[in-house]
Amino acid sequence: MRRLLSIELFKLKFSKSAKVLCIIYFLLFFGTALFSMIRFKFGDFEFRLADQGIFNFPYIWHFNTYMVAIIKLFLAVVIVSMVSSEYTNRTLKQNFIDGLSKKEFVLSKFYTLLLFSFISSVLVFSVSIVLGLLFSDYNEPSIIFSDLHFILAYFIKLTAFFSLCMFLAILVRKSAFALGFLFLLLIFEAIVIVSLKDNFPWFSKFLPLESMANLIKEPFTKFNVVKSASTAMGTDLSRDVNTYWYEYLIAIGWTVIFIFGSLNVLKSRDL
Amino acid sequence: METILKVQQLTKRFGPLHAVNQLTFEIQKGNVYGLLGPNGSGKSTTLGMLLNVVNPTSGGYSWFSNQLSTIEALKRIGAIIESPNFYPAMSALDNLKLVAKIKEIPLPDYEAKLRLVELWDRKDEAFKNFSLGMKQRLAIASALLNDPEILILDEPTNGLDPKGIRQIRDMILQIAESGTTILLASHLLDEVEKICSHVIVLQKGKMLYNGKVDEMVASFGYVELACESNDKLLPVLHQIPQVKEVKSIASGKLKAILESELLPEEINKICFEQGIVLSHLEWKKETLEDNFLALTKSE
Repeated sequence: MRRLLSIELFKLKFSKSAKVLCIIYFLLFFGTALFSMIRFKFGDFEFRLADQGIFNFPYIWHFNTYMVAIIKLFLAVVIVSMVSSEYTNRTLKQNFIDGLSKKEFVLSKFYTLLLFSFISSVLVFSVSIVLGLLFSDYNEPSIIFSDLHFILAYFIKLTAFFSLCMFLAILVRKSAFALGFLFLLLIFEAIVIVSLKDNFPWFSKFLPLESMANLIKEPFTKFNVVKSASTAMGTDLSRDVNTYWYEYLIAIGWTVIFIFGSLNVLKSRDL
Repeated sequence: METILKVQQLTKRFGPLHAVNQLTFEIQKGNVYGLLGPNGSGKSTTLGMLLNVVNPTSGGYSWFSNQLSTIEALKRIGAIIESPNFYPAMSALDNLKLVAKIKEIPLPDYEAKLRLVELWDRKDEAFKNFSLGMKQRLAIASALLNDPEILILDEPTNGLDPKGIRQIRDMILQIAESGTTILLASHLLDEVEKICSHVIVLQKGKMLYNGKVDEMVASFGYVELACESNDKLLPVLHQIPQVKEVKSIASGKLKAILESELLPEEINKICFEQGIVLSHLEWKKETLEDNFLALTKSE
């Protein structure tokens, strides 16, 4: 495992675009955190997002993992390009000739995306805990460490999403097409979800992107301000935003499918 | 002799096309093999299958008498296919370091290999800035990094200028002299003739010849003769035991193909004794090109 990871990281070390995208990713990461700390002044009215309770434990786990997951797209581009560049530089072929097995190739990419997901999870944990300790109204350890399953959900969500990116890149070989495919899949799922909403609502849970989205559902209706506003307006916005065990399983199932799918594509294809 | 590679009935089909058709041959340690054939005859597909990047339709092969899995065997082979493929942003040295990681070479001697291909001075330059000749030389250095038991080269001089071609050829000869087994695919006859000891000729995926280069470069040559009346000459030639075949060729001459050694003066003597005075007598040796064209034409 260490050998495969070191091979892949060695390749990434020299990729300028990968470095730039990673830096942008981590800047955005901290940028979102810093943004919420800014005070807005509208004349006499002072507004600070951080004071509105979004950084309260344990709500912060839900809110931060949900928001930060949006910028995973930057890392997805890194993953897609690190796979498709192997095709365009024809180094994939040379790797195999040099004695890297197809399984090892997929594993080296998979370990790297696991590492990306892991680092992101550690970061989202650290950033949240710092922001929480600064702004949260409740600071009892039992409250701080409740709802930590969102970090696990975040890790699984990222791993599944990156595996999908890797699979698409191996399948279509060109990074632009792979990202285009990802976008098409998103539209396709939206159409399926809408058209099956009435008769087979359970079916949408099994769609790949939807299954990843279900791991961390939107946190807004749970937010106190929104809750009180909705009750004030007399509409009940509250929805079921819990994550169930089978939803983890579906996302993990897709990850397995993508990894073995990648391997199968590589094995059956002549280079 | 130690067998490095054994190929049995190896076949690859692309739809209706037989790219490689029931290829069977063996590679012994210490020889330099040429895989010769025109463009599209299946050379690269064959090498692709042997190197695990193309899936055979049927048949198989075994490296090192099946003592190793193909993946493990590949780590003991040095191979370059078609164009040199490296990571463009990495320097020459870093590219070699990556290859060493993949091949699990314990103590790679980067300096010796890069000096051999005269790239040590430019080891820190990015691969993308290299000329084609330099790229090809780096590929050779990379293929030699694990001190391979066999070096596989696919059209190594393709696209190079005359100086580059010479450089690569000298390098290959030098490597061959050091005792490394080489399998060289090429459509260039004189390249194979200059470098290889054995040759495997492919045409449309089929093997037409498999043997030593000197044996293919037909042996004893042929004689072109002419006299006043070829009709008289013909039966005389047929009576000579060393003559395999007599043909009339253009310009009114006869061509006698020899199957064992026969000096021109002996032919002259025989003819003179039979009362025939030759007006033309010329002994010629076929080139590999003649043989190759003859072989591929008959198919």
